[in-house]
Amino acid sequence: MSENKEAGTAGRIWMSIGFLCSFAAGAYAESLGFFTFVKENPEEIWELFLDHCQLVGIASSIAILIGVPMGIFLTRGFMRRYRNMILNILGICQTVPSIAVIAIAMTYVGIGKTPAIIALVVYGLLPIVRNTVAGLADVSFVLLDAGRGMGMTPAQLLFKVELPNAVYIILTGIRTSVVIGVGTAALSFLVGGGGMGDLIFTGIALVDPGYMMAGAVPTAGLAVLLNWLFGCIEKWIVSPGLVYE
Amino acid sequence: MIELERVTKIYPGSEIPAVDSVNLNIAEGDICILIGSSGCGKTTLMRMLNRLEPITSGFIRIGGESIMDKDVTALRRSIGYAIQQIGLFPHMTVYDNIATVPHLLGWDKKRIDERVDELLDMVQLPPDIFRFRYPRELSGGQAQRIGVTRAMATDPPVMLMDEPFGAIDPINREVLQDEFLKIQEKLKKTIVFVTHDIHEAIKMGDKIALLDAGRLVQYGTPEELLTQPKNQFVKDFVGADRALKRLDLLKVRDAMLTNPTHCHGEDPSETVLEHMIEKDLNFLLVADRNDLLKGYVNLDDLRGHHGNVRDVVRPMTLTVRPEQNLKDALSKMLSYDLGIVVAMDDEGKIAGVLNSRTLVSVVGETYDERGGHWGKITTKGRII
Repeated sequence: MSENKEAGTAGRIWMSIGFLCSFAAGAYAESLGFFTFVKENPEEIWELFLDHCQLVGIASSIAILIGVPMGIFLTRGFMRRYRNMILNILGICQTVPSIAVIAIAMTYVGIGKTPAIIALVVYGLLPIVRNTVAGLADVSFVLLDAGRGMGMTPAQLLFKVELPNAVYIILTGIRTSVVIGVGTAALSFLVGGGGMGDLIFTGIALVDPGYMMAGAVPTAGLAVLLNWLFGCIEKWIVSPGLVYE
Repeated sequence: MIELERVTKIYPGSEIPAVDSVNLNIAEGDICILIGSSGCGKTTLMRMLNRLEPITSGFIRIGGESIMDKDVTALRRSIGYAIQQIGLFPHMTVYDNIATVPHLLGWDKKRIDERVDELLDMVQLPPDIFRFRYPRELSGGQAQRIGVTRAMATDPPVMLMDEPFGAIDPINREVLQDEFLKIQEKLKKTIVFVTHDIHEAIKMGDKIALLDAGRLVQYGTPEELLTQPKNQFVKDFVGADRALKRLDLLKVRDAMLTNPTHCHGEDPSETVLEHMIEKDLNFLLVADRNDLLKGYVNLDDLRGHHGNVRDVVRPMTLTVRPEQNLKDALSKMLSYDLGIVVAMDDEGKIAGVLNSRTLVSVVGETYDERGGHWGKITTKGRII
């Protein structure tokens, strides 16, 4: 009982601190002209925000659709010897600065959304593939043996045993990939891909903090929101029989 | 029911066969134990029966039908399979775990529900409590029960069990073994059971197949293995445990040294110390005038001490009675680092002392029937 009370008190203190901080942040943002700008251009911001979401959405979907099967593929017996090679290649892609990836993509496909999406996919692939491989490789041999011994086909083994046990780690990879993607997508403005980068870079160019914040704040908010959303998906999709600290 | 004919397994890249031309006939309703030390091929042999390991050469027939003629998944679904580390799927409830094979075979829900409840009742886990638990919410014993239950889900005539009670404490293992035997009495399945524990083999097996380096050394009933071991290897394998089992049977009285040296509480410390140094003793038992045990003194306590021994005596609370068995004595002996345990009679008098050497010699004597490299013991328990 007393413990609950303490927890309640601590929670209230944190809440008050959070409230004060957001109030201070709001006041500061107001002083920079953030709200004025937002009030004056709600439609433009909203449009760019949707643009940004679209970029991240398309790129992440493609990255997941390529990354997860690729990870699965790399853990099948016959592909195992190529596993490290492919992971290394993806690792190298990841070390190239995101802006360079976008620039390279642009040289091949020109300007617009396409190079931005290509760059985002390339950039977001590694965490997904790596975690899919790690998650599947982590499934205990005992479980595979039990499944096989009871007469599961390789496909049944994959969908009934391997993936359910690896899904937590795979989701973590996807979450990382998407959150990185939200940030990287801001760069797509540079190749004419639109998105919140439009506001941020213009704001920087004009030295207009209000303008800039109108791009930065929603971008940050989107990353936080998606992170939280994945937390929920995780709770919903990962079996309660599996415990992760 | 199960026939093995010159079954051989050679792993790719290896010259030496893991299983070497094994012939085996397992009758319907029997529990056949495959036993041997690790690496003897027992698990490999078992895994060949449901084709988890491909057979290099030879034939295996189950129910008169070659296993190579069947579809591999159909074959596996028709054979119960329980493994050492239990292998319950952690992401599935108890219900889904047990229903694994019924699901694969496409049973309807009602039939699965009934079967799961029936099986849970059979292993005395109330379905209402356990049905929707996850493996992590089960104790080791419960998980093991579910593991065996899962293998029985479709009531397969043949079951393969790879040390199914291996990962569990000895007390619970006994309970599970008894439970399992009771169930088996009713169900009369043909079971191939892998273990490395000769105790378990003797207890559970209708037949025991002893393997060594991939070869079948002896195949027979437990009695045959114990009483007519084919060669020294079998003798050693069965005997190593028989010797320990003898600790259960022998009494402290049979092995203790009677009338051990001791001193009295009133003795002056200096004299006792001198005596101990002279006899090269690290410690000495202390008794009072009536031979009642007071405890013991060790060399360090006596050094530089002036007065009576009784002032420095250390108590000795763990003792045995002469009619207790040697296993009890051994466990108590291990509680002190003195390497002895004192036997006291009902009045608290020192009846004798059992030391580790005597104990070892008793085990050794039974281990090597020709007289033993440990030395024999006489009736009074003195080592010659």
